[in-house]
Amino acid sequence: MTTVTLGLSRDDRPILIAALFIFVILVAGTVYTFARFGSAPLLSPTYLLQQLQVGAFLGIVSAGMMLVILIAQIDLSVPWTLAAAAMMATSIGGPLAIPVGLGVGLLVGIVNGIGVAYLRVPSMIFTLGVNAVMRGLMVAHTGGYAPQTAATELMRTLAADRTLGIPNALFVWAAVSVLVVVVLQRTPLGRYIYAIGNKESAAYLAGINTRGVTVVCFALCGLAAALTGVLLAGYSTKAYQGMGDTYLLPSIAAVVIGGTNILGGRGRYLGTLVGVVLIVLLNSVLSIMEMPEAGRQVIYGLVIILMLLVYGRGERITS
Amino acid sequence: MLDDLAIKVRQNIGLATAIGLFGILYLLYNMAHPKGFSSAVLVQNGNEIFALAMLAMAQTVPVLASGLDLSVGAVMTMVGCVASYLLAGTVGGTPLHLEIFGLHLGLGTFPGGTGGIMLGMAVCVAIGSLAGFVNGCVVVYGRIQPIIATLATGAVYIGIALFLRPTPGGKIDEDVNWALTNSLGDFAATVHIFDDGAAAWFTPLAWIPVPFVLLALISLLVWVPFRRSVLGRAVYAVGSAEGAAYMSGLPIARAKIAAFTLAGFFAGCGGLFLAIQTSSGNADIPQAGAYTLNSIASVVIGGTSLLGGTGSAIGSIFGAMILRVISFFFRIFDIAPLLQPLFEGLILLTAVSIGALGVLRVKNTLELFR
Repeated sequence: MTTVTLGLSRDDRPILIAALFIFVILVAGTVYTFARFGSAPLLSPTYLLQQLQVGAFLGIVSAGMMLVILIAQIDLSVPWTLAAAAMMATSIGGPLAIPVGLGVGLLVGIVNGIGVAYLRVPSMIFTLGVNAVMRGLMVAHTGGYAPQTAATELMRTLAADRTLGIPNALFVWAAVSVLVVVVLQRTPLGRYIYAIGNKESAAYLAGINTRGVTVVCFALCGLAAALTGVLLAGYSTKAYQGMGDTYLLPSIAAVVIGGTNILGGRGRYLGTLVGVVLIVLLNSVLSIMEMPEAGRQVIYGLVIILMLLVYGRGERITS
Repeated sequence: MLDDLAIKVRQNIGLATAIGLFGILYLLYNMAHPKGFSSAVLVQNGNEIFALAMLAMAQTVPVLASGLDLSVGAVMTMVGCVASYLLAGTVGGTPLHLEIFGLHLGLGTFPGGTGGIMLGMAVCVAIGSLAGFVNGCVVVYGRIQPIIATLATGAVYIGIALFLRPTPGGKIDEDVNWALTNSLGDFAATVHIFDDGAAAWFTPLAWIPVPFVLLALISLLVWVPFRRSVLGRAVYAVGSAEGAAYMSGLPIARAKIAAFTLAGFFAGCGGLFLAIQTSSGNADIPQAGAYTLNSIASVVIGGTSLLGGTGSAIGSIFGAMILRVISFFFRIFDIAPLLQPLFEGLILLTAVSIGALGVLRVKNTLELFR
């Protein structure tokens, strides 16, 4: 006779709890809308797909952010990498728009990686500086006004159109997700990433090219931010100042809520997915409730603390 | 004697570099300014520097304990919004009421006049400290990483600020504004001390801007005693090796909570001053974010290691001043406003990269991983 044990690994627990919390949000939101409007829009597939389409942008940023957090670094240059990619893509236009946009992100990511890996500047401060430089470049490029250039057809198709009733942005998000999962689970690079996050000096002594891996992680993060920028420009048909500002903190929050250790080395991609969905649904329920911005911020902060109190607590240092 | 000094400088090379750099930059600035070396310029600069300098001090304390406080800008904004209610200085006092979920709650009248203003300032600083204390408790007892814990509490504080001031507004007593944002002479004339500032011994000091005096007072009366206390030393110890600090029997939990509380106190002072300076409260989210990020930059430029354990709040003040002086240069040299953000970013990047060039000389790569 086999005994069924509910064996949950340390990394699965956060994912399960976050998923439960998503369920709670859905139920609470539905009860509210049912009592107030007599309908349950939250449960309709159309509405959920629409929300997920918006969530895809946050999802792709978070995928990149997760790679960087896994090696115990952070990328604060995401906002203006995203905006710069969008602005360059729209101003170049034509078939080259998307490659140029992604190229910008890749370049910024490599610069970040070199600064962090070779100059050993703390990532928090180096990426902050790169963010300021990108902002400066874009302000100089656009004159500080909203750029007049428009997104190309392809960008709009990728971000705003639907195939078989499913938003294309979701396909892009899915492709990115599969890629990240394969890299993390099935390639040496993935093993290296976890190893560096756990102890960089040990990884180095084990013969891993830690600097190279760091540069790759930052490059991929820049690429993800750029892809989001290109899609977001397609979604809103143009690029605009500060379009990335609302993505930095939520992406870090999504990664951490999903159970990834902010100190690196631990966490599963599934958790990040769940974290993104949680944040997106929380936002949409709060906007259905017509919660003013003040209340949203408070609830947002409290939810992060609450989730981490449940499963994100560190160990007591006793030696 | 001279050897002692040399050793001191070598031990605080970051601080010495920051002071030297600031001295050179500020000298150049004053030489290039048409009205350089005058009290008016100094007063204006002091007002522009004070809030960031306070936030830089605030950021330093948790960083020394190898934490990070991403809520300093939010605390500053929240305290500023509170100040815009409490410092109106109306003779009859200010009626306070709370509007929440459609309920209207009267909270009585906050006293006006000088006593009321003093009380209001005390309340503001206390609220800042309380916010910091909450941060500390979440970090210590919740055992949540400081970065993410303060990210979350920062959202809560910004929410409270938005609740208090959905649109910019409020009022600050004009005399308070005038007295605190000008030179010592104006201060004395406004609060009627030292014969309205005309006392013979006082006139040579009358040119000093009040913000700088406040900065010096807060450093000397709050930071220096804290650093020399057991708790202050424990903060440094926690930052350099938490496990060792624990084994040595240092009060780790209290040190961390004290570090965050002190950060809240400094951020509260910054918010209070910003509200007084602008005569209003404004729940400006981008501004809060910019102040938080600039505070981190100031800490690094001021010679404090983000890994914790070394550095000082005094260095961070100079870091903040360097950041500000750089933007003063833009005004002098008439650099196109569109290029200013680019220069700010490039200078920040160059500064941290030059500071990091030492790694190229390290022979044993293992020493790089700390």
